[in-house]
Amino acid sequence: MTSLYEKVGGDAAVNAAVDIFYRKVLKDDRIKRFFDDVDMAKQAAKQKAFLTMAMGGPNTYTGADMRKGHAHLVTRGLNDSHFDAVVEDLGATLKELKVPQELINEIAALCETTRKDVLGK
Amino acid sequence: MAKIRYSGQVHESRHGESVLECLTAHGVSVPSSCHAGVCQSCMMRVVQGRVPAAAQSGLKPAHVAKGFFLACICRPDEDVEVAFIDEALQKFPAEVVEISPLNSDIVRVRLRPRQPLDYSPGQFIRLYKGPGVSRFYSLASVPKLHHEDIHIHVRKMPNGLVSGWIHETLHAGELVDISESLGECFYLSGHPEQGLLLMGTGCGLAPLYGIILDALTHGHQGAVRLYHGSVNTAGLYLIEELSALSEAFPNFEYVPCVSGDEAPPQGFAPGMVLDVAMARHPDLSGWRVYLCGNPDMVSTGKREAFLAGASMGEIFADPFLPASSAAACQ
Repeated sequence: MTSLYEKVGGDAAVNAAVDIFYRKVLKDDRIKRFFDDVDMAKQAAKQKAFLTMAMGGPNTYTGADMRKGHAHLVTRGLNDSHFDAVVEDLGATLKELKVPQELINEIAALCETTRKDVLGK
Repeated sequence: MAKIRYSGQVHESRHGESVLECLTAHGVSVPSSCHAGVCQSCMMRVVQGRVPAAAQSGLKPAHVAKGFFLACICRPDEDVEVAFIDEALQKFPAEVVEISPLNSDIVRVRLRPRQPLDYSPGQFIRLYKGPGVSRFYSLASVPKLHHEDIHIHVRKMPNGLVSGWIHETLHAGELVDISESLGECFYLSGHPEQGLLLMGTGCGLAPLYGIILDALTHGHQGAVRLYHGSVNTAGLYLIEELSALSEAFPNFEYVPCVSGDEAPPQGFAPGMVLDVAMARHPDLSGWRVYLCGNPDMVSTGKREAFLAGASMGEIFADPFLPASSAAACQ
């Protein structure tokens, strides 16, 4: 059976998505303040890791990693509305790249499974 | 069980443990981010023994050839000795050919390595004053024009251990140790039509000058735009050389920028280098962007160039420099 990651286009699809997605995030007034003081190159690498994971690609992230990685943002007010904004920006990115809607839905559902950990609930 | 040697210490790696996990467990701080072999922030170099091929997946052939690997996905099956990339450099002597002033606090040092240095203009080398005392300097020379000689620009820093020594003590004819070249900030041929935007402050001009000479001597056809800034005119340098280049090459434009109170001379732009450049280049899609110099200018510039449409993979700044150092020239 072909995995979600393979169906989307694997590493090449992730590379194509990183620039578009990260530019959307940095321009998104709802969430851009969370990215204000981070190094661009490191952040781009993290976005790539995030997109790889979101598209069901190889990753070793655990719920605990997600909690730890976002705890400092939760203290700065990260909540459900910001999580939704990121998922929305991701959806718009994939749409721009002509990924079929049913795959976008699958990806959004995969993101959803991390919500509690990301928001430290 | 494989042994991992780092900095004279030998660590036993437990079964299935990565080099990153092993070193971290023994108190060695390794920069890392994704822990999945994607982001390449934990790139190290194997100096003795061999690492599994999987630990080099996704790396450029030139990096693989040099023994670079990703510590987070490297689970060695034989004993290895590893080092951080800037610690594992080959070192060799070079003769000081000439030291000449470029302005009141920057000199150009012409060095002739005793063995040919394989480098791309814009990369940097380590220059050693003595054991444990060294600095990075960017290469402003071009093999095609300067043959075996390499050029660096050195700004005299207040109480600068290495820059002070270079400015005051070092003389032509002496031998110094330098390292092989490093870094990703250089001209890539193969896209002769692409626009190149170069922004620098102070002696951040050194790598940009090398990149520009390299591009123009490669017959680059696209626009080449250099914005070089300083607080005042006296802080700029190579003004005549750059002006002459812009006359010889119609696709090259040189815009010196002065941010202080003085009224800038004719042909100079008033303001901060980034403000001047970004106002003139609101759309950078398809451009390649180089940034060197003041760290705040570089990090803000990366973001602004990206938001103006430049692809992340087309924005270059020296990545191996310590965060606190302004540019590879001080």
